Amino acid sequence: MKRAFLLLPLALFLLMAVFLYRGLFLKPEELPSALIGKPLPVFSLPSVLEDQRLISQADVVGRPALLNVWATWCIACKVEHPVLNKLAAQGVIIHGINYKDDNTAARQWLKDFLNPYKLNIQDEQGRLGLDLGVYGAPETFLIDKRGVIRHKFVGVITEQVWREQLAPRYQELLSE
Amino acid sequence: MKTLIAAVALGWSLNSMAAIDTYEFSGDEERARYRVLVEELRCPKCQNQNLADSNAPIAMDLRREIYRLLKEGQTDAQIVEYLVARYGDFVRYSPPLNANTLLLWLGPLGLLAGGAVLLRLIVRRKQRVLPDAQDQGLSDSERTRLASLLDHKTDD
Repeated sequence: MKRAFLLLPLALFLLMAVFLYRGLFLKPEELPSALIGKPLPVFSLPSVLEDQRLISQADVVGRPALLNVWATWCIACKVEHPVLNKLAAQGVIIHGINYKDDNTAARQWLKDFLNPYKLNIQDEQGRLGLDLGVYGAPETFLIDKRGVIRHKFVGVITEQVWREQLAPRYQELLSE
Repeated sequence: MKTLIAAVALGWSLNSMAAIDTYEFSGDEERARYRVLVEELRCPKCQNQNLADSNAPIAMDLRREIYRLLKEGQTDAQIVEYLVARYGDFVRYSPPLNANTLLLWLGPLGLLAGGAVLLRLIVRRKQRVLPDAQDQGLSDSERTRLASLLDHKTDD
């Protein structure tokens, strides 16, 4: 019995070590979205590219898609953009939400770096972003064909992120 | 030197003014409610600051939103609910008791209970040792000596 007690500090140390080791790989800046499993918020916002056109949540419903929150002031978005272009070329449906941005700058960006987006939603005030719980850019939502938010990814979509995290989920939504 | 001090002082004052917005409230009560809300709600971007302290654009947006909802006549609970629906329980500095936060709320109580049990065990063990110690107490000759020493002391 006494002997067993001598091992107690070691056991405590190992327990701590497991927790701390796990902590090394946690990403506290990636908050779980409160909107998973909820339908897209109701909105009616102008298009970035087409004057006079209003886009609403009904336009997004119908097919599974990525909803990418971006802005020209967001440097990481520039890193992500070529990957989105590539995905769009492969037939992945991506809609863009231009978040708290200057529309002229956004148009110029889409001209300079190509436009991977099917729909270009202009969210100049950040109202839609707020309803979506956006706290930075880039953020990407995965929605199913009924327009329900199924997954949220915070940060830059790289080829690896797409391959390992988003592609399997997107495929799953396509086969639903 | 004077310019330097002035520059530092200026920088300091700008810094302390950074997270102050100019909102107009209809009364002290409304202002107090706003203060409590922005101090109790957490900035999703800069995670160890509340909305009142943070300079992040998102914190500014959320402060504006709280002000707007206050003006609309929503209750504090409704405003908190509104933000939690969008940003999750994370935005609350006082999280509600649910399955996810059970450990957070009950963990300290568990530790306290564990400590109490341990303390009891230790005390019990000591008590078990004590009667033995009494048995091995002073021998007769030692007792007489002790008594005489004590008597001697009281005589003085």
